[in-house]
Amino acid sequence: MMTALLEVKGLKVQVEDNEILHGLDLTVNEGEVHAIMGPNGSGKSTLSHVIAGKPGYDVTGGEVLFKGEDLLEMEPNERAAKGVFLAFQYPMEIPGVATMTFLRTALNAQRKARGESEFSTPDFLKKVREVSARLSIPQDMLKRGVNVGFSGGEKKRNEVLQMALFEPSLCILDEMDSGLDIDALRIAADGVNALRAPSRSMIVITHYQRLLNYIVPDFVHVMSKGRVVKSGGKDLALELEKSGYAQFEDKAA
Amino acid sequence: MNVALVKPTEQPYGDLFAEARSRLPGDGLVASARKAAFDDFAERGLPHRRIEEWKYTDLRALLRTVNPLAPAPEKATLALAAKAIAALSIENTCRLTLVDGVFAPELSDLSSLEKGVRVQTLRDALGEGNADLLKTKVASDAMISLNTALATDGLVVTVDDGVTLNQPLHIAHVATASSASAVTRSHVRIGNKARVTLVESFVGAEGASAYQVYDQVEVSVGDDTELQHVRLMEDARDAANITTAAFRLGARVKLNTFGLTQGAAVSRYQGFITFAGEGSELSTNGVNLLGSRRHGDTTLIVDHTVPNCISREVFRAVLDDQSHSVFQGRIIVRQIAQKTDGKMMTRALLLSDEAEADNKPELEIFADDVACGHGATAGAIDEELLFYLRARGLPEKEAQGLLIAAFVGEAIESIVDDDLRDIAIATAERWLAARG
Repeated sequence: MMTALLEVKGLKVQVEDNEILHGLDLTVNEGEVHAIMGPNGSGKSTLSHVIAGKPGYDVTGGEVLFKGEDLLEMEPNERAAKGVFLAFQYPMEIPGVATMTFLRTALNAQRKARGESEFSTPDFLKKVREVSARLSIPQDMLKRGVNVGFSGGEKKRNEVLQMALFEPSLCILDEMDSGLDIDALRIAADGVNALRAPSRSMIVITHYQRLLNYIVPDFVHVMSKGRVVKSGGKDLALELEKSGYAQFEDKAA
Repeated sequence: MNVALVKPTEQPYGDLFAEARSRLPGDGLVASARKAAFDDFAERGLPHRRIEEWKYTDLRALLRTVNPLAPAPEKATLALAAKAIAALSIENTCRLTLVDGVFAPELSDLSSLEKGVRVQTLRDALGEGNADLLKTKVASDAMISLNTALATDGLVVTVDDGVTLNQPLHIAHVATASSASAVTRSHVRIGNKARVTLVESFVGAEGASAYQVYDQVEVSVGDDTELQHVRLMEDARDAANITTAAFRLGARVKLNTFGLTQGAAVSRYQGFITFAGEGSELSTNGVNLLGSRRHGDTTLIVDHTVPNCISREVFRAVLDDQSHSVFQGRIIVRQIAQKTDGKMMTRALLLSDEAEADNKPELEIFADDVACGHGATAGAIDEELLFYLRARGLPEKEAQGLLIAAFVGEAIESIVDDDLRDIAIATAERWLAARG
């Protein structure tokens, strides 16, 4: 029996009176990895932002349920505490906030919201050291300001580090491959694969099939003009690589 | 018909001086210096917006009048002051306390003064006829004149050549009387080759409200001396604090000064820093944390009168509600002061649409071989950053708090002493916590 973790039903979203999503449906069950592909402007990133609760989007129709609860009613921090994690396409630089402070503050805020006790310092440090070593993140990077002076690859690894620490049940990876060379991509993807678990689902948003060689999805959806226009298995991505997105753009129009 | 042409605002000042006179130390030259200063103040009145230096801080509108002097502290007020000092938790300093503008030996560490440090009260020094202590060279200003006329007490501290102090000297100002004024002037004279940390704190005791603090501190720093100066102003939310500070630096001096304003309804800190010897370095940093309808003005005048000196100014303001922050920074480079390196950066973070920040950087350069620059920004919290933190689980207020702490961090990090830096951080955190 599959349990639906995330249910997006007929989602309509506007930005400044401009409709971006025109009734999108998507169901992600526990433990599944879904890839969402599509051309620029198809609404992929909008979907990830709306699920994470970014301000500036106006939901005009449909609903988003997470573990059966109305996600759209929650603040972004409440969604995080419930287990939603958005890995940003462009992780923010925060000068003056040490990475370690940021990680501990965020983790404890989530635990507090769930009514759990705060992590003890030794346990926290042990965990950070273990995960950062696996992701080849040097310890001195953790003392610097969040993402300040980090390379593109380091920023993405820092996102994966957070994912590993916060242990979310839904990870949304927004264009994780953008700006990464092949080695950086492999390290980040290995980090993500290590987090695959029966209790954890993922939505991998990408323009290119390349990323899906490293993070192999269970399902692939093609988005065009604010809708899912085709769904299939991992082979659909390979098919797209050959034929391109043009056929779907015609279809949606 | 004869009409007496007396401006309504002038008369209260006259009463003020007449009533204060019996409380003011010094006669002869001292008394005549006071009289002349008061006449100057009465003629000018409180500074207002048509006086260029006070354009953004119109004391006639903000203060309206000068409160009468606070009564001399007694046993009950000293007990209140002691509690207020304890709440500050500035530990391990050699503290010299002024309560309602009068030196309080009971709350001071005179017995633990380190070798090479001498302390006299201004009251005693003026009583001995030392009228020079009331002279100020840095500026001609109505508020300096008011201070000269009414300075009730203060400290005259001397640090000998070659002395390295183990503990910071701490001049603590505590107000206990409501709707009264405390007027103080202190002198800190540091010899050559010394190392000193000077802390100044301003706080109101429980129940003290609507009081006014008028302080002036004159610091002279000898050659090859290092001075670290930290000023924390946490006066009552409805109080006023008008302070003038004058620093005169010898040769090869290192001065690191930090000021935090998070108290008072109306405040002005005007600092005059003069390079009088070559090869000196100044790092001056400040933070204004304001909310409700409070007004905080930091005005710094850095005067390069000799060649080969370096000055750095970093200023941050965080403004909530309908608060108003003013930063005026002027760097003067005299014609002779070649190879001057002077830079100033001021930034304001506005947390509310109704807050106001006035940043006025000025460079007055008369030399031709210098490197000087300034920058000023004002803006709201970055929404993208805020969302990033919230998406990581931080509630909005907590996320804002982290970003505010990061914003003021650059200025606070300039404090070299670990304990004092922690105290400044704790003071800033009190402001954040009070935001709710």
